[in-house]
Amino acid sequence: MQLYLPIAEMSVNVLLILGMGGLVGFLSGLFGVGGGFLMTPLLIFVGVPPTVAVGTQANQLVGASVSGVLANLKRGGVDFKMGGVLVAGGLVGSVIGVWLFSVAKQFGQIDFVISVTYVVMLGSVGALMLNESLRAILKRRKDNSAQGKLHQHTWLHGLPLKMRFPKSRLYISALAPLGLGLMAGILVAIMGVGGGFFMVPAMIYVLGMPTSAVPGTSLFQIIFVTAATTLLHAVATQTVDVMLALLLLIGGVVGAQFGGRIGGRLRGEQMRFALAVIVLLVCLKLFADLIITPDDLYSLSLPGAK
Amino acid sequence: MSRLLWVLALLLCLPVAARAQSLAFDITAPLIAVTTGFTGAEVVVFGAIDSEGDLIVTLRAPDQRVTVRRKARVLGLWLNREAVEYPAVPGYYAIAATRPVEEIARPETLARHRLGLDNLVLESRSPGSDGAAFRAALIRTKQAAGLFPTGVDSVLMRGPRLFRATLVLPANTPVGTYQANVFLFRNGQVVGAQQTPVIVSKVGASAEIVEFAREYAILYGLLAVAFAVLAGWLADLVFRKR
Repeated sequence: MQLYLPIAEMSVNVLLILGMGGLVGFLSGLFGVGGGFLMTPLLIFVGVPPTVAVGTQANQLVGASVSGVLANLKRGGVDFKMGGVLVAGGLVGSVIGVWLFSVAKQFGQIDFVISVTYVVMLGSVGALMLNESLRAILKRRKDNSAQGKLHQHTWLHGLPLKMRFPKSRLYISALAPLGLGLMAGILVAIMGVGGGFFMVPAMIYVLGMPTSAVPGTSLFQIIFVTAATTLLHAVATQTVDVMLALLLLIGGVVGAQFGGRIGGRLRGEQMRFALAVIVLLVCLKLFADLIITPDDLYSLSLPGAK
Repeated sequence: MSRLLWVLALLLCLPVAARAQSLAFDITAPLIAVTTGFTGAEVVVFGAIDSEGDLIVTLRAPDQRVTVRRKARVLGLWLNREAVEYPAVPGYYAIAATRPVEEIARPETLARHRLGLDNLVLESRSPGSDGAAFRAALIRTKQAAGLFPTGVDSVLMRGPRLFRATLVLPANTPVGTYQANVFLFRNGQVVGAQQTPVIVSKVGASAEIVEFAREYAILYGLLAVAFAVLAGWLADLVFRKR
């Protein structure tokens, strides 16, 4: 079953796009990541122009995140106060990110900046998470009764402007989530993704939030970031294809519901281990693309693209 | 009254003009509608010639600006390095003929009439040392996307006078006013040529979406977001009930 996408100016297989939306939506609900780091390469792989892929999947992520937040809400896994502080930081960060983006573009190496940012961010985040979750799994096997501290105390806890986050059982400086949101906002503007794969581990390891509250809170933050990105793309680049977004949404919202449910049954370290493996696989693929001799050295781009 | 006389005069002249022509043709569907169900289309060119000869049919979409980039290895990483910009590349170009074009006419004649992929005029800005490699890559990529089809013996003769050619437009073909050209060759020379427009246009829902996205970009963005939020909420509602 084929459908013509008016903005992308191409025809796609409806079932294929629904399936892609479902798969990424499932991961989104499970881990609290937006899934943009998976969806963008998938869409480009089936022939959607890169700019349309980025603009449209931002729109799709809004819907998937709403569905994911609602699914997590039932389990009580959304810290709205924490989410609000993250959003505030994220909005400032995206302004800085857009500025950095235009500077890199002036030097003509934006492609390189994007690729390297992806590989470095995915690689370091994935490795860190893999290491930690493996240790946690092994530790649990050895000693079931161990009841450690809720989280480690670091220099972050010495910062001023302390705030209480009852939902996350935290009493920390508001500057920490604000700064984290800021960094995520910068990455979102440069990489064109929701930033969840970076936020989720950062919320666990840097802020010390309980794993159960992380996916919902991260998705809550992603709603706002992706809504802003959709608007920006609709106005500035006109690359939001509502037909494509609709197909991805149908698959995505359903997938996110299933993911959210299964996520509730998984143990924290198992979830982090699975996310780490996926993040590292995507990182390896992108790294391989950078170093393996491509089949065709040449590529075309139309003025609309880029 | 005088206008009516003009029309009458024109009608009287027409048969004379038609008789002087060695070639006449038309398109079965001069308006191709790109709807949400569009998966490509066929343009059927049919017509008649006054006596035997060879035919070359071309169909060409409006020009687009295309940038061709070539990757090179820098510190072990493959990056886009050189770029050549082509300000005017046809978005679609098809050629069909009664037999291989090089048998129909000499290369100079084909070049003069710009017939065939080799004779496409593709001027480039910032031409590097190996412009030929970039040009070849451009044509190869377009062919792979089905945008430069070349079915050489695809003009079929029905008897000595009637001809018919089917040109295939892929689903990703650009919209715009295309030009269909038919050239009649005899003894390696053009003895007749005719041109007619073919309009490829988005219609219905797909056209309305594109127009709305252009005209009311902010509203379109807001609606897209609202729509996504609604879809997410609806999905949750559906699943909650179960």
